[in-house]
Amino acid sequence: MGQATANAQTLYQKIYASHVVGKLNPSTDLLYVDRHLIHEVTSPQAFSGLKLAKRSVRRPDLTFATMDHNVSTQRRSIDAAGETSRKQLEALAANCDENQIPLLDLTHPDQGIVHVIGPEQGLTQPGMIIVCGDSHTSTHGAFGALAFGIGTSEVEHVLATQTLPQQQAKTLKVEINGKLSSHVTPKDVIMAVIGKLGTAGGNGYVAEFSGSAIRAMSMEGRMTLCNMSIEMGAKAGLIAPDDTTFAYIKGKAHAPKEEHWQGAVQYWQSLYSDIDAVFDQTVTLDASSITPQITWGTNPEQVMAVDQSVPEPASFTDPTKRDAAERALAYMGLEPGQKLTDCKVDVVFIGSCTNSRIEDLRAAASVVQGKQVAAGVRALVVPGSGMVKRQAENEGLASIFKDAGFEWREPGCSMCLGMNDDRVAAGERCASTSNRNFEGRQGRGARTHLVSPAMAAAAAIAGKFVNIAAATTETGDRA
Amino acid sequence: MSKIFAQGVVCPLDKNNVDTDQIIPKQFLTSVSREGFGQAMFFDWRYLADGSPNPDFVINKPEYQGASILLTRANFGCGSSREHAPWAIQQSGFNVIIAESFADIFFNNSVNNAMLLIQLSKTNIDLLFNRCTQGPQHWQIDLQSQEIMFGNNAAMGFNIDADIKQRLLSGLDFIGSSEQLNPQITDYEQSRKASQPWLG
Repeated sequence: MGQATANAQTLYQKIYASHVVGKLNPSTDLLYVDRHLIHEVTSPQAFSGLKLAKRSVRRPDLTFATMDHNVSTQRRSIDAAGETSRKQLEALAANCDENQIPLLDLTHPDQGIVHVIGPEQGLTQPGMIIVCGDSHTSTHGAFGALAFGIGTSEVEHVLATQTLPQQQAKTLKVEINGKLSSHVTPKDVIMAVIGKLGTAGGNGYVAEFSGSAIRAMSMEGRMTLCNMSIEMGAKAGLIAPDDTTFAYIKGKAHAPKEEHWQGAVQYWQSLYSDIDAVFDQTVTLDASSITPQITWGTNPEQVMAVDQSVPEPASFTDPTKRDAAERALAYMGLEPGQKLTDCKVDVVFIGSCTNSRIEDLRAAASVVQGKQVAAGVRALVVPGSGMVKRQAENEGLASIFKDAGFEWREPGCSMCLGMNDDRVAAGERCASTSNRNFEGRQGRGARTHLVSPAMAAAAAIAGKFVNIAAATTETGDRA
Repeated sequence: MSKIFAQGVVCPLDKNNVDTDQIIPKQFLTSVSREGFGQAMFFDWRYLADGSPNPDFVINKPEYQGASILLTRANFGCGSSREHAPWAIQQSGFNVIIAESFADIFFNNSVNNAMLLIQLSKTNIDLLFNRCTQGPQHWQIDLQSQEIMFGNNAAMGFNIDADIKQRLLSGLDFIGSSEQLNPQITDYEQSRKASQPWLG
């Protein structure tokens, strides 16, 4: 592995080393887990397994639960998403109750998507190891925490021992310097990175994002960036904490209390990659070269700038990529050479753990303000949590959306994965702020195009995809 | 004990980037059980809209019925961390997957279900797909010697992490082996509380 200087370490290596409980064998360490977040879908079998083996939850005080994946976003009721969902939600409530695990259920005003509420509640802090039975756990890396998704067997392992066996990952530095153009968001940045590295480009790596463009981002933006690091296969995304991070955490419900605050900040300030630390791979991007992005295919690397044309499959030299492009275009109902700005949308979804935070809703609302959703377009805004929802209502954003003809929903994962009844019908085209454009992800036969919140909002108004950068310059209705 | 870890018919799934949403779609994730996912594997590819089997999908072809070795390409199992994906594959009768590469979480989830995942170079994967074009294949996997055996003394070697090999061969209990470090876990918790009291 890539340490040239004996003592120089990357941020990942520092966090890893500080969590080693012991060695299981020459290549595998047992790491301590500081926060274990759980939800209804990937935990029931873990609790059954524990019970079967007569094991108990070692640290219920470090375990936090929420209901998000299959809750209804129409009504905050446990039976509103159907019988099987109700059973699964009830199983989570019973498991939490039995094991004294705090749960933000549907009666709690702060309930929401696990990766939105963790940071909001101050549960997510720099230097921690955070795991959850959900691949988008990478989101929490925005705080300089090593955070990654795990499977149900691992959930059971963490419940029982508060630890997880791990091997050191390789390190990837993604350095982005310069200033983002207006209308280019962290969503566009991460989509451009995935386009460059590919969906498997990060396999086996922990990716650290650095550079002046990252430093300039808000915590919400950094979360969007780290959220989608899993879409290039990275085990985790990481951003070294700074004053922006500390200011976000201060005063949150589970943030370090006043008497520990100084000590915590002092520790957090030691969490960065040493100047002479060696990464196994480094990728550099110029922020000013990134333009608004949109996916045209069925995986997140099939992405382009919105003003480009849908690629010709023959333009891919790798035969497997060519074949994948052909299949993707057939599924998406697109022709090579087509402009997506000529392409009609049926559904617009603004939400998900990628883009459902207050800043995302502000960006979307600023595009929507005073306008109407185009005829024939079904448009939804699903805030990421009760807190986001209340704040958006207080700031008048909810009224902007509702007046324009958007549906204003209750918090949950919703149409990102369609586990509840929020789905896109077969053949329908959706502008979505979520993270995966896989076949069938939003519903069987659904055609997903991943975009930023502002691009999704603009698509809802125009009834087709819009190059937000060009459109706003032409009409001059935004700064 | 037989030195053959697994053997059976090989089903070639010639695709890159097969994601876990394809392996097991969302509507099957509301279950609270670990069982019953086999019939749902590759649901949207495997069944037509009217619910009948799609005769063009490789898994449905008569020659691959009862297959226990899945051969596929790069980045298999990407996307969602749902362990329902390896459960579905295992419950459909497969206990070995051979691919050019696997997504990290899917790989761990599969190993935790005692499945053998073999990673090979693109060149070797191409050779294996070529074999499959010559007619249905029946292979044996010797995990001890790390070989895929094609019959007639032909074989291909593979690499595997020593720890994973040991776990698969001995059937070690995943949680139980970590619990042997319980005293160290307790020590760690005490020093953590002293040095970082804000963590709880």
